[in-house]
Amino acid sequence: MKKLGGIAILFLGGILFYTSFDFPHWGDGKSPASQHVSPYYIEHAIEDTSVPNIVTAVLADYRGYDTLFETAVIFSAGLACFFLLRVPKRKAPTVRFYRHLPTGVTLRIEKGGRLPEKTREFERIDSVWVPYDLIIAMTCRLVVPFIQLFALYVIAHGHHSPGGGFQGGVIFGAAIILFAISNNLRRSLKRMSERTSALFGSLGVMIYAGTGIFCMLMGASFLNYSSLASFFGVDRITARSLGILIVEIGVGIAVTAVMVWIYYNLSSAGKQDEGL
Amino acid sequence: MIWQLDIIVLSMVMICGIAAISIKDLLGAGILFGAYSFMMCLLWSIMGAVDVAFTEASVGAGVSTVFFVAAVFRTTRRTKD
Repeated sequence: MKKLGGIAILFLGGILFYTSFDFPHWGDGKSPASQHVSPYYIEHAIEDTSVPNIVTAVLADYRGYDTLFETAVIFSAGLACFFLLRVPKRKAPTVRFYRHLPTGVTLRIEKGGRLPEKTREFERIDSVWVPYDLIIAMTCRLVVPFIQLFALYVIAHGHHSPGGGFQGGVIFGAAIILFAISNNLRRSLKRMSERTSALFGSLGVMIYAGTGIFCMLMGASFLNYSSLASFFGVDRITARSLGILIVEIGVGIAVTAVMVWIYYNLSSAGKQDEGL
Repeated sequence: MIWQLDIIVLSMVMICGIAAISIKDLLGAGILFGAYSFMMCLLWSIMGAVDVAFTEASVGAGVSTVFFVAAVFRTTRRTKD
């Protein structure tokens, strides 16, 4: 069976390799895509949308319908992780570990033992993995705001430089994941709970789809941002640029929340109690 | 485009891809996928597709490696086959 699979893979890979010779060369001006599609974008993107980065203009304006469903795909990935992994019953673990902060002594408390929940001198720690390192925690605490600032810059500056909602959202989510890794999952859940991440994930998709529907209410086709001109009080070209910005912010919110949500479910095996 | 650099990066992509599916250690496979994504990111930026390279670096080399490590942490580190 293994041999048969190897032969099949070699055969199909050979066909793929053989047909790849029929592709146009890299940067070929005579290929079909470079004949009418690309020249239109290169020549008209700046006068249509006033966005210097053509990729952003194509992604969020000319091909906005594609990007809407890309965002929906990311949101459904988060939903799929939730439905596959989440354990609905919140069962408290039988053994808990606490650290006495002034001395650093670890306490193991069995079921039925009195748990020091309210005191500030004890801190609950994970039973599987104990990330107690002052240097790592403090370094990550210092780095996290700068990563978040960079993520916001990537989202906001997507019109002029590489970047946009997807990249910025992933970087923002990575900052929150870094906080969860360097401290612990419960502290991160206190800052951004599962409910928040699920709500923000759907809010981002709603912002995107809502912009499209708002364009329809203003009397144009779905996701035709130039109809927002009278709403913003600007000309039709600037309205398209602003519409792209709104859509990118929606994508960024959705991607951030979904990344954090997937991480919560994966690292805690759906229990959302103790995690990586 | 410098073709020597292109060949080096492309062969690194292939080495990382083959190593990632043949290694027994799943954590190592996750890290190798991160290296694969980073090499793909270099390849995109060599070809001038900076936006795609940025996405590949943040999603492929960044967050998906974290997801792999988290999944290995919660399951098993050795493959069954």
